[in-house]
Amino acid sequence: MTPTPGLPDPYRLIGTSSFAEVLSALQPDRLAALHNPSGAAAFAPHGTTIVSLRTESGVVMAGDRRATIGNVIAQHDIEKVFVADDHSVIGIAGAAGLAVELVRLFQVELEHYEKIEGLPLSLDGKANRLATLLRSNLGLALQGLAVVPLFAGFDLARQTGRIFSYDPTGGRYEEHDFYAVGSGSTFARGSLKKLFRRNASAMDAVRMALEALYDAADDDSATAGPDMARGIYPVVAVVDADGARIVADDDVSPVVRAMVDARMVRPDGGPGGEEAGA
Amino acid sequence: MSVPFYVSPEQIMRDKADFARKGIARGRSVVVLQYDEGIAFVAENPSRALHKISELYDRVGFAAVGKYNEFESLRVAGVRLADMRGYSYDRSDVTGRSLANAYAQTLGSIFTETAKPFEVEIVVAEVGPTAEADQLYRLMFDGSVADERGFVAMGGSAEPISSGLAERWREGMTLAEGMRVAVELLGQHGDEQPRELGAEQLEVAVLDRTRPRRAFQRIANGRLTELLA
Repeated sequence: MTPTPGLPDPYRLIGTSSFAEVLSALQPDRLAALHNPSGAAAFAPHGTTIVSLRTESGVVMAGDRRATIGNVIAQHDIEKVFVADDHSVIGIAGAAGLAVELVRLFQVELEHYEKIEGLPLSLDGKANRLATLLRSNLGLALQGLAVVPLFAGFDLARQTGRIFSYDPTGGRYEEHDFYAVGSGSTFARGSLKKLFRRNASAMDAVRMALEALYDAADDDSATAGPDMARGIYPVVAVVDADGARIVADDDVSPVVRAMVDARMVRPDGGPGGEEAGA
Repeated sequence: MSVPFYVSPEQIMRDKADFARKGIARGRSVVVLQYDEGIAFVAENPSRALHKISELYDRVGFAAVGKYNEFESLRVAGVRLADMRGYSYDRSDVTGRSLANAYAQTLGSIFTETAKPFEVEIVVAEVGPTAEADQLYRLMFDGSVADERGFVAMGGSAEPISSGLAERWREGMTLAEGMRVAVELLGQHGDEQPRELGAEQLEVAVLDRTRPRRAFQRIANGRLTELLA
């Protein structure tokens, strides 16, 4: 058949609901930009720590606001936690430029499937899709431009919150209660190990996440603590049966203040700080 | 030796157009109309799964009548084109006009180049910040486009419904008012006794200009019954 003006053949492919497949047929270089090693690792800003934990009603995710290039702070207010679709969120650590592009592609991928099929992907389906997108980035990961996402959402079929972590080769692992990725993740995970309680309310979990980020910033130079002077606080997202949303700064700041006040008395964030700080 | 018959181009086009029109006239109708807070799509469609109405992008919706497999392939192509544009440029760069143009080109070349034309009629609607900025494009099987105001009716009984809407549609109608008019007109089919269409026989969606980002929303049976009461 002669080529059709208006909508070229790839638009009329039958059988795929994937935006990434259509994109690779129509604009292969657009995806290649995500794949071609370029040796830019030393100059690319890197994002740092993301934490996520399960709550009684779903999940909470929080990320600090710093991006670094080597020893230099590239950005003070970068956002690394995003709403992926109605019931899931994604946080990213690693090469910031690629990570943000990956999130954009992932968001379109989810919405595209939902529009074509008339209903959203299952949470497992979304998690698997992210693994595939990530695996295609392996070439860059080997050059030091790895993207490490953390994916969390509310599983409508099981009526529970779930967290998925990934490695740069696209390996997908479901986490039980909490997880952290990025340069400060070791410290954040250590902090969460002590703080985490099952079936905490969303607001209590937000406090735990902020404490973990504070502990990460304490020991990792690439992770930022809350910037009280500029009013730059971690980006916090909450997901439950009603949907996924970013918590407004006005709601995060009192929690941050209470935490910092308590740390004036107990710098390690241990018990007792709360009462004395109040 | 047999000599092939000569058929004039006029005759070929006329035959194709008649064929497409007949196909479209067999189906139930769809009404698209503006109301005070957006654009409503109302289709008579007892199926819960095979949609005649769909979201193309944040502010753009799609409605079709005719052969399901044909308009479904066009719908999917439209979603792909919209997502591709929004991803390549920016979400705000996806417009109803560009989608309508792509459909017009595609339908036009299918009509002229293939033996069997598509038996479909499509509306691409974009909701704007105000009612004046709303856009309704009606696309015919041969690729011709019309830029409509207020309302569009397509399908089997498009003509009587259009003249009914011309009398009863007015600017600034509420959703409930618009819905009642549309459903009543959809129930009248030729000389047959007017039917009372219930929520389960209807597929209804709106582009609600007050919603942030994705304006498209399907209206479930419960709310539809309330609106029609």
